[in-house]
Amino acid sequence: MTQLERRQWDVVVVGAGGAGLRAAIEARERGARTAVICKSLFGKAHTVMAEGGIAASMGNVNSGDNWRVHFRDTLRGGKFLNQWRMAELHAQEAPDRVWELETWGALFDRTPDGKISQRNFGGHEYPRLAHVGDRTGLELIRTLQQKIVALQQEDFREYGDYEARLKVYQECTVTRILKEDGAEGGDSEDGGRVAGAFCYERESGRFFVLEAPSVVLATGGIGKSFKVTSNSWEYTGDGHALALLAGAPLLNMEFVQFHPTGMVWPPSVKGILVTESVRGDGGVLRNSEGKRFMFDYIPDVFKEKYAESEDEGDRWYEDPDHNRRPPELLPRDEVARAINSEVKAGRGSPHGGVFLDVSTRMPAEVVRRRLPSMYHQFKELADVDITAEAMEVGPTCHYVMGGIAVDSETAAAPGVAGLYAAGEVAGGMHGSNRLGGNSLSDLLVFGRRAGLHAAAYAAGLDVRPAPDEGQIDAAAAEALRPFGAGEASRGDAVGPDGPGDRPAENPYTLHQELQQTMNDLVGIIRREQEMEQALEKLAELRVRAGRAGVEGHRQFNPGWHLALDLRNMLLVSECVARAALERTESRGGHTREDWPGMDSDWRRVNLYCRLAGTEEGAATDPAAGRIALTRRTTEPIRPDLLALFDKEELVKYLAEEELHE
Amino acid sequence: MSASTGTSASASTAYDAKFRVWRGDAEGGELKDFAVEVNDGEVVLDIIHRLQATQAADLAVRWNCKAGKCGSCSAEINGRPRLMCMTRMSVFSREETITVTPLRAFPVIRDLVTDVSFNYAKAREVPSFVPPPGVAAGEYRMQQVDVDRSQEFRKCIECFLCQDTCHVVRDHEENKTAFAGPRFLMRVAELDMHPLDAAGESGLDRKKTAQDEHGLGYCNITKCCTEVCPEHIKITDNALIPLKERAVDRKYDPLVWLGNKIRRRGE
Amino acid sequence: MATGTEPPAVSTGVSGGTGVHGASRAAIAPRHLRTDRWWLAPALTAAGLFAFIVYSTWRAFANSDYYAAPYVSPFYSPCLAESCAPMRNGPNWEIFGSWWGLSPALLILIFPLGFRLTCYYYRKAYYRGFWASPPACAVAEPHAKYTGETRFPLILQNIHRYFFYAAVPVAGILTYDTVLTFRDEEYAWGHMGLGSLIFLVNIVLIWAYTLSCHSCRHIIGGRLRHFSKHPVRYRLWGWAGKLNNRHMQLAWASLISVALCDFYVYLLATGAFADPRLF
Repeated sequence: MTQLERRQWDVVVVGAGGAGLRAAIEARERGARTAVICKSLFGKAHTVMAEGGIAASMGNVNSGDNWRVHFRDTLRGGKFLNQWRMAELHAQEAPDRVWELETWGALFDRTPDGKISQRNFGGHEYPRLAHVGDRTGLELIRTLQQKIVALQQEDFREYGDYEARLKVYQECTVTRILKEDGAEGGDSEDGGRVAGAFCYERESGRFFVLEAPSVVLATGGIGKSFKVTSNSWEYTGDGHALALLAGAPLLNMEFVQFHPTGMVWPPSVKGILVTESVRGDGGVLRNSEGKRFMFDYIPDVFKEKYAESEDEGDRWYEDPDHNRRPPELLPRDEVARAINSEVKAGRGSPHGGVFLDVSTRMPAEVVRRRLPSMYHQFKELADVDITAEAMEVGPTCHYVMGGIAVDSETAAAPGVAGLYAAGEVAGGMHGSNRLGGNSLSDLLVFGRRAGLHAAAYAAGLDVRPAPDEGQIDAAAAEALRPFGAGEASRGDAVGPDGPGDRPAENPYTLHQELQQTMNDLVGIIRREQEMEQALEKLAELRVRAGRAGVEGHRQFNPGWHLALDLRNMLLVSECVARAALERTESRGGHTREDWPGMDSDWRRVNLYCRLAGTEEGAATDPAAGRIALTRRTTEPIRPDLLALFDKEELVKYLAEEELHE
Repeated sequence: MSASTGTSASASTAYDAKFRVWRGDAEGGELKDFAVEVNDGEVVLDIIHRLQATQAADLAVRWNCKAGKCGSCSAEINGRPRLMCMTRMSVFSREETITVTPLRAFPVIRDLVTDVSFNYAKAREVPSFVPPPGVAAGEYRMQQVDVDRSQEFRKCIECFLCQDTCHVVRDHEENKTAFAGPRFLMRVAELDMHPLDAAGESGLDRKKTAQDEHGLGYCNITKCCTEVCPEHIKITDNALIPLKERAVDRKYDPLVWLGNKIRRRGE
Repeated sequence: MATGTEPPAVSTGVSGGTGVHGASRAAIAPRHLRTDRWWLAPALTAAGLFAFIVYSTWRAFANSDYYAAPYVSPFYSPCLAESCAPMRNGPNWEIFGSWWGLSPALLILIFPLGFRLTCYYYRKAYYRGFWASPPACAVAEPHAKYTGETRFPLILQNIHRYFFYAAVPVAGILTYDTVLTFRDEEYAWGHMGLGSLIFLVNIVLIWAYTLSCHSCRHIIGGRLRHFSKHPVRYRLWGWAGKLNNRHMQLAWASLISVALCDFYVYLLATGAFADPRLF
């Protein structure tokens, strides 16, 4: 039995972004002793990168807005693949989640009558995004961070200890969800109960265990498996992998959103996001011929909703009630594909993107006021003055719609009692494509729900599950493996191709190859052959990752951290590739060149990824795939929700028999 | 395309830069020399990453967003506190040796990583926003002109460069107990200027505590915090000096003091 | 844990070093690693301030050559002692009577001196330039102890606003002096010389500097919580803010202009130069 520090909590939240912090606040306010554990410093989570705003139908700018309209937009954006109950809860609860931020000190931009200002965004019928300039994510994180501090101050007054009931373990990583004695991970339907998490401190490399009956996963996305991405290093799919390894399934992992506008130059910042507000506030896309090409790319399902001429589109900014919006504000998947096609057709910009122009659309001073951080970003990173010239932009991997399958109401992962997930790591809410602004509201709505139910579950237990000591030992051995790569594994029972006979692999090299593979072969446009090739490459990388080795010691060793994260990225990448190969249609964030149409029969099909085989099996034959896919038919959308749409619109999405039900 | 982008794109020749990076831990350490490849358009953080990937796999560095939005990659470059992700290599000449060290005001952990817990402790000492009693969520009404000032301070990405450069604590460890540092004095100012903060009604005088508990008097407004702020927040002019003036209102202005005394008696 | 949210105990240089050489800090020997000419700004500041101190001390104690009709040196205005040179319609207020034997400049210079000495910009300038506290950003200061403005005497910097209150009437009087320059040597109105121009520039700079003062900005509107309820003060505050952005430039410009004004009067009074009359 390994001797290491153990601490007992009621709820452990993995990840300190918007969803994690909101979950922690809720759990703590419900009386649970709560720990938050995060890879970065407290307050640095990737949520700070969110720029545009929080979608909530408060109706402050256009009183015609309400949750039903928001729900409708969300479903349209997700091409009706959304877990409709999640979309419904999300649309209903988002305004309350935004308003409560104000009581915690958030300062949103205001309307003239003193309410929270709301801005237009792609796919949203009305101005709906509560925002603070273009740094809404920062405001969200800071507000939640400061609320946590406020709760800690409360505890300090009561107990003389800031961390009596709410503690943040910063710069720590979770490598395994621990379960109670006798429960095995893997593919069994009843995965057993959660008992805690196995963690290491990044700074010292020291292992420790947080024992808790409830674990909320809020680890964000998977972008770091792709080469061009807007995501930070943290986005290695940790939560997805932890859930898989704990026996919970992932849902619809083929849907990966490529944000249409990432920076394309200079190379070192390639992928960094250019906020959609640039287009919401009047920015237009042009190709190298100076043409506003988006007018050529309005799909049939959206024909009635978007402007036909540049004039009409321009009028919309002033008079949205009598004009239709410009096609630059189509959902992200449409815009990303359009840019991709323009570049392929040879009408791209010098650095392989297209032009996004605000300089000819509004005065320099307005640009600086409305888009301060974009102005800065381009000025300081690319030496481009966006008030004087156009930006060069292209698609960048931004968000994964798929994720841990969760119960719509409680955010609980099915089959693993005590496991919850919220935010980007959870799947279903956004269907096949997420609307801008729906992410921050998703974090708040389902972060709160996850915290609430995780606390309630922990409070309702008479006997707490104790973590299986064998799992702790195994987790420690697994985490130490990279230090012994090349020699320690020599004696292991491995096959002729086993790790022992070959030199250790550089984790950075493996990571780069993985990113290149995913970017090229499972990227924005997908083909059957390429994905099969990708799966082969992934198998090869899995084998080599078994030999990933690092130098030095455990103290703040980034090479070691990356070696451990590789396991997660490889698992998640395999999910994406397998699911993308399986789904023979194009929808939202999944575009098949060989299956270009949207197929209404596929609308009802959800693809679930589970871990296949056993841990031992995986160790003996690392090349073997670790993911098994299953198809499940979704529940039909509740009739009163369907009634929110016109029949003509539903015909485009739903299969014949669904319409008659 | 712009001339600047055009020229830098055409003049894209990689070269080897001379880097001097501090490596070590709390026990000791030294500046180590490296020659690293630099490509067009790169920033210092890219070079540090290349060092990691090619020459020093265990070089410890904190970073996150790589776009100047999270404030993780704070370090001192040629002796100046900066974000590594926002320091373009093009500002240096090719012959120059570029020295990168950890923040020198905080305890070092390893290589470029320092222990910034001082800042988190100080954050906890500033009493939080006090919601106005009787105003329900959703009923908050604030004018844009009234939130402008605090919004400027909320742009802060907590990179702690201001805390690092401030000589009050950088050069005098013993002042760390009494002095909150520019970042958290600015937080006090932010809350004091918040149009709906009800601290006063709850008996908390932020103007007074700024001086009595957070060490505002230590600040001698020498403006280094403003100089290093990557968000270009005018910390000194818009937060610290106004806060000093507010403290004067409370503590050194006999007229205001008398007025308050009379009013309080009247209540 | 070290990156926790609890800080380590404050160690006061157990191993001998303090500040950046403290035991817990990264072991780097130099006091700073700056490669730019960081010493230039504080050196220029110190040199500039020093030059002004030398010049103004000489002129303030000189007690002569401060009036050449119709110009009165700003150093001697208002002139509050009986010994003052008589100036027709000029600021001769013999509040101090005949017992004051020193230069009358000393009576009035206290106020602009105090205003500038406690000014937020000048404080920065001389703390950096003269005190080396700090000499420049991220350059270790040479002092072992630092208490800032928490104690006597520096706690007195908090009275800056009273000097601002005093600086306003002084600026008013200098404005009056400037009006008086639109006379000729015979006190006939409607004339203007090169001196009038110099005085005009000076008084504009003096006002701009005075109104750009941080205390002024605070009193005008900065202390308000709800700008929206005081639209006029909000607008004034905005203007003060715009001026305030240039507080440093205005501080130097007005310092130089006031010295130039005085020097011009000196040249006229000693007869070294004759005021070119424009009309």
